Amino acid sequence: MTAMQHDPAYNFAYLDEQTKRMIRRALLKALAIPGYQVPFASREMPMPYGWGTGGVQVTAACLTPEDRLKVIDQGADDTTNAVSIRKFFERTAGVETTEHTTESTIIQTRHRIPEAPLTEGQILVYQVPIPEPLRFLEPRETETRKMHALEEYGLMYVKLYEDIAHNGAISTAYAYPVKVEGRYVMDPSPIPKFDNPRLESAAIQLFGAGREQRIYAVPPHTQVVSLDFEDHPFEASKADHDCDLCGCGTSYLDEVIVDDAGGRMFVCSDTDFCAGRRAEGHSGRLSGEDAA
Amino acid sequence: MYVAVKGGERAIDAAHEWLAEERRGDASVPELSLAQIREQMSLAVNRVMAEGSLYDPDLAALAIKQARGDLIEAIFLIRAYRTTLPRIGHSRAVDTGAMRCDRRISATFKDAPGGQVLGPTFDYTHRLLDFKLAAEAGTPSAREADPLAPEVPRITEFLNKDGLIQDEVRSEDTPPDMTRQPMEYPANRALRLQALTRGDEGFVLGMAYSTQRGYGRNHPFVGELRIGAVEVEMEIPELGFDICIGEVVLTECETVNQFAGSKTEPPQFTRGYGLVFGQTERKAIAMALVDRALRWEELGEENVGAPAQDEEFVLAHSDNIQATGFLEHIKLPHYVDFQSELELVRKMRKGALDAMKEAAE
Amino acid sequence: MRDDVLSGGFADTPVEAARAFRAALEAMARPGSIHRVEGARAPAPVSEAAAVLLLTLCDRETPLYLAPGHDVAPVRDWVAFHIGAPLVGASEAMFALGGWQALAPLDAYRIGTPDYPDRAVTLIAELVNLAPEGARLSGPGIRETARLSLPEVAAFQRNHHLFPLGWDAFFTCGDRLAALPRTSVVEAG
Repeated sequence: MTAMQHDPAYNFAYLDEQTKRMIRRALLKALAIPGYQVPFASREMPMPYGWGTGGVQVTAACLTPEDRLKVIDQGADDTTNAVSIRKFFERTAGVETTEHTTESTIIQTRHRIPEAPLTEGQILVYQVPIPEPLRFLEPRETETRKMHALEEYGLMYVKLYEDIAHNGAISTAYAYPVKVEGRYVMDPSPIPKFDNPRLESAAIQLFGAGREQRIYAVPPHTQVVSLDFEDHPFEASKADHDCDLCGCGTSYLDEVIVDDAGGRMFVCSDTDFCAGRRAEGHSGRLSGEDAA
Repeated sequence: MYVAVKGGERAIDAAHEWLAEERRGDASVPELSLAQIREQMSLAVNRVMAEGSLYDPDLAALAIKQARGDLIEAIFLIRAYRTTLPRIGHSRAVDTGAMRCDRRISATFKDAPGGQVLGPTFDYTHRLLDFKLAAEAGTPSAREADPLAPEVPRITEFLNKDGLIQDEVRSEDTPPDMTRQPMEYPANRALRLQALTRGDEGFVLGMAYSTQRGYGRNHPFVGELRIGAVEVEMEIPELGFDICIGEVVLTECETVNQFAGSKTEPPQFTRGYGLVFGQTERKAIAMALVDRALRWEELGEENVGAPAQDEEFVLAHSDNIQATGFLEHIKLPHYVDFQSELELVRKMRKGALDAMKEAAE
Repeated sequence: MRDDVLSGGFADTPVEAARAFRAALEAMARPGSIHRVEGARAPAPVSEAAAVLLLTLCDRETPLYLAPGHDVAPVRDWVAFHIGAPLVGASEAMFALGGWQALAPLDAYRIGTPDYPDRAVTLIAELVNLAPEGARLSGPGIRETARLSLPEVAAFQRNHHLFPLGWDAFFTCGDRLAALPRTSVVEAG
């Protein structure tokens, strides 16, 4: 976790200043219109589209030398793509990095919101594959743009209700659509719906979709409601187990297959959260055997 | 018993080392030089320049070498490099009428002023493996002829004189630039042409082919195909005049397409247009067909629902760097989303099984 | 050209612009919060905070309107030299700079379209006083309520009723800035 000089072959945080200004302008408008997707001229980054180019551009536009950056993928700091993105910013911005949620000022994430409540002064940057919540109902941008303009979200409710009619429940488990401040329906990125309640946060939440050229935002203390029906209220579900390492009963869990016989264990998906609890002396069903 | 996955960083470094070793291949075989790739793999170099949107044969050769010959990967390297370059200014529109042609053919007239010039084409080769090339083939040399006139007239201009082909409206507007502005639909023709010229050759080819097979048929003939060098000029404000800053090789294709006429226009021919960096004629012809198909609205034609008529569909899916990135990202871990689906399916199955049991009792 | 036209830019743009943007981002995310910025100096009457915002957010791609009072030769020259933003009338502007009274009439500015509500002006209003007192603010970014010494109330209420259309504003005073997006509900203090 040491601060370094950034690689002098690149501008601070990689992007040129004109590109950063363009992204910064989009971010400010995104905060002013919560949940609305602001088009931006996404640049080609040195990592592939679909691998976090939107998040990387947003992070690059926000970073200052004083920041402490945390990068997670699936809740974990040590997944390969998280490692790769963290190294990119260590090299091009020379910023300090951390694995601790509470010590970080900017967190770039793919598919999770950290378990520890975020606070004022923190920014959570989401990598977004398909920013348009209506895309799978209507593939045309020209049509979905009109639907947002007219606040015409009936199709989305019809889809959710058809789920209930067919399956007895809404069959969307991740990227569960939300309505922001009672106006725009928004895709929260493919976080599990367990995380949806934490979209109402004290931190600034910024969403970057590089390939689809969209930026959007949820300011702190902003109303974010998961779409549901009175007779089928939204439910933030998780595996019905405790973490086998730290014993936590309220965190989101990964299911791990541990032997050829199909034996399983459940562990916190947020690796920093789990390690923190174990350091505090909490233990789970299998913590005695934990070799990690 | 359970070891959390650690050491992602070590794994990545090791993978990169292995990749570098594999790229070099058998060390007893001499290493390729960039000049060898540039000179002897020139059509690959051309494709990388065209779809990478950067005219630099040496950098394209480097990208091909680094990418182990994976051209989409090479295009990606060039694109990523290109975005870091400062934009110093804009060139004037190049004058392809003043092209020094290596190749110039027309399918619509047997002969025309300027003549039919085959140039270095595979067209009439018999596709028989040439085993002489497996050994060192020496240095072939071609017979020489007198150079073409410095300006070869355009075939479509002959039709234009008789009003037989639709005249293109001249515009002095600065065209939009999809590398600097977010894509917006509907796009104008200039933006469509930019998207097509840097679009994936295979995708544009497939779209063009679909029009030939009846999905939005537009009856194309190659009015003219020309390949050669054109000068690139830039206005230097301090000097107050234009100077030539270099030369690029381009392939230009104008198709002549049937047009039955509309309420306001008598029957006449129309055009599709393709212009691509380097000697890339398959791409240029395909581009012209797709361009023509996308002009249905402007020409008052019917939208028959063909994929190649659908601007948003074509433009949103033509870029191979976007496509390959998103396609391949499904290799990344998705176990969090998968876990949430797993829970949901288990819950729904339990509900369904309980209901079945109840019904059976 | 005068010295004050050629000087006053950032000494280390990537880092100073990054810090300034974070202040602007926090300000827009938390309406009413006041932030200190530094590193830029433009000719009078442009405040340090307004100069920082211009350098951080504007360039050749952002048409800028200078309201009367700010539309003076040294400021125009400074903008031309450091930023290059095309100077335009209020109705074409992406950014507008001036005193609050001078920025009127507010219905001249772009408020976006139903398809693209983001295509709306950002006002940079220079105030003589900027303090966490006066008008009461609520809405996104504000835990319960906040207070800010807005120059009036009615204009912000009218703007809020246009949501999701509307303009957004920064307020500058010396080296401090605050912001008010169109989402904020404003009531007299």
